[in-house]
Amino acid sequence: MNIIVPVKLVPDLVEELSIDASGTALDTAWLRMIINEFDDHAIEQAILLKEKTGAHVTVISTNVEGVDDLLFTAAAKGADRLIKLNGDLESGINNHALARAMAILLRDLKPDLILTGVQAHNDLDGTIGPQLAEFLGMPFIGYVSGVNVSGETVVVRKEYPGGLIGEMQASIPILLGIQAAEHPPRYVAISKVRQMMKTISIEELDLPTLDSTGAPVVNRMFQPEATGRATMLPENADDAAHQLVTIFKELGVL
Amino acid sequence: MVTTAISHDPSFSEAFFASLYKVENGERFRTCLQCGSCSGVCPFGYLMDYPPGRMIAGLRADEFDLVMESDTVWMCVSCYACAQICPSKIPITAGLMTRTKEELLLAGNVPSELQSALENSQRYGNPMGESPRKRADWTMGIQPQITILGRDRRPVDVLWFVGDYPSYHPRVQLVAKSLAKVLNKLGVNFGILGPEENTDGDTQRLAGERGLFEMLAEKNGKIFSKYPFETIITSDPHAYNALKNEYPALGISYPVQHYTQFLAERIDQLKPLLKQEVSAVVTYHDPCYLGRVNGIFDEPRILLESIPGVKLMEMSHNHTSSLCCGGGGGGMWLDGFQWEKAHARLSEWRVHEAVDSGANILAVACPYEPPRFEDAIKMTQQAGQLVVKDIVELLAEALG
Repeated sequence: MNIIVPVKLVPDLVEELSIDASGTALDTAWLRMIINEFDDHAIEQAILLKEKTGAHVTVISTNVEGVDDLLFTAAAKGADRLIKLNGDLESGINNHALARAMAILLRDLKPDLILTGVQAHNDLDGTIGPQLAEFLGMPFIGYVSGVNVSGETVVVRKEYPGGLIGEMQASIPILLGIQAAEHPPRYVAISKVRQMMKTISIEELDLPTLDSTGAPVVNRMFQPEATGRATMLPENADDAAHQLVTIFKELGVL
Repeated sequence: MVTTAISHDPSFSEAFFASLYKVENGERFRTCLQCGSCSGVCPFGYLMDYPPGRMIAGLRADEFDLVMESDTVWMCVSCYACAQICPSKIPITAGLMTRTKEELLLAGNVPSELQSALENSQRYGNPMGESPRKRADWTMGIQPQITILGRDRRPVDVLWFVGDYPSYHPRVQLVAKSLAKVLNKLGVNFGILGPEENTDGDTQRLAGERGLFEMLAEKNGKIFSKYPFETIITSDPHAYNALKNEYPALGISYPVQHYTQFLAERIDQLKPLLKQEVSAVVTYHDPCYLGRVNGIFDEPRILLESIPGVKLMEMSHNHTSSLCCGGGGGGMWLDGFQWEKAHARLSEWRVHEAVDSGANILAVACPYEPPRFEDAIKMTQQAGQLVVKDIVELLAEALG
């Protein structure tokens, strides 16, 4: 079975975010990037399937700063093939353009299963999974938290609001949006990652022309603004607690 | 028990045994008398499937793969009590316990709490996952302004390696501020690395992540070499241990002192400045990596006795027999795991001893300890008015 896992790096929220001079995007000068949490689960789910049933796992991502570490870590976990995608990524890239371009490359890789994170916190124009599925002409199931494959058949567990789980069956090839792997993403010792850096190479592919037709245009990006409806609590914990108690009493909940 | 990816294989014992020989004095594992002292003195030995003595027996019987199937080695807090008491002076902590954790970690068998501390250390240079850019935020408002070497570009005599908890933990930041006050009062020309400093990595190493330790040491070594300074001081015994005993093997070699040594050397200058009386019965907790591991017992006590009004009392376990606070060897990041196994906290045992000593201040000299012991006091009914203070906080108080 051939599993492809497209993943991406997203801004790490441990650092404060700021808006660039154009007022329509994040200032990338100070951005620290981290793997999208759901993509990390998609990698884990792929490796679990490889361990259970045998599979060839390819992890693929755009060539931005930090991608080598991401890919070598995936290899240390068990990924067989690493690909990074070159293209005009400087100006920022939206999911419409990326899905359209990636679909052309992914078709050549002849995937049986494509696993990707169900969403990312910087998806401004919809999540990438359904768009990729559309351009590939493949079925899509999102919010998946468990996958079993036997032969041509895939059985997935899909999460619904309210704690409901649906179990459904589909045929490969299929694209799945992973909400959670069956086990939390594993730890790999740094020595194993370093070993991978010496023993496995990262292939590079060029993205076809990026076409963002269909995506919304960002007019303005801004920090949340305080409005008259909000009461800001003081920073000091004791003062904040004191004020909260007063508010709760006024509202009659205490 | 958690099973590992390691298969039953006597040759694993052989290969593992051979790897122990590479540790200093590793050949002494052959001389184990099976007296059981190590297992008896181990604070969590009573609930380990394989306490240290049984681990050695398993190794000799070529059955070490069975030991690897147990997860109770994660109860080891690398406190060196076993190595200290061993009549054959076998390097149990440095060799056996650490190597076992390394093998478990390579097999991917890591408790999840520890996993996130290790991932954070790699990613952010600190185990708590804080922004590296905020590492020097604790210095804001301190006068005179603390020199940050990368920012202020001026030579200093002393490089203060601040460490993770003094940089980020709100309680331990108070200790860092106290040390800044004392250094300023003594007119020491010092600076810190601020955002460029990475965790020293020693506890990560003892938790089995040797590769991460080396990566962090290389990063710190590179930063050290950028700036001119004479000597390094630190308030963290774990950082002290790394810089003194582990970094030199990686080609990173600088004179280093724990702050208690640095200040005890300057006691003649310091003592006349300690004018404010601190009227208290104080008992001192020897941190494992200051006392047992590095033999620094007198300097902390010299400092405490120089404070007017302080009456020093010893707890029943003191000097080499000191009890671990539970934070070492990864214990700092395994609180949930260890609680599940033990339903007891080492810090609470220690707080009981402090109460029994009649002290009203429990003095410490390691940044793991103020939050650990203060939490333990909250859980200990008899602890009443016991207060936890780092020695340097008491010195700063006495400076007035």
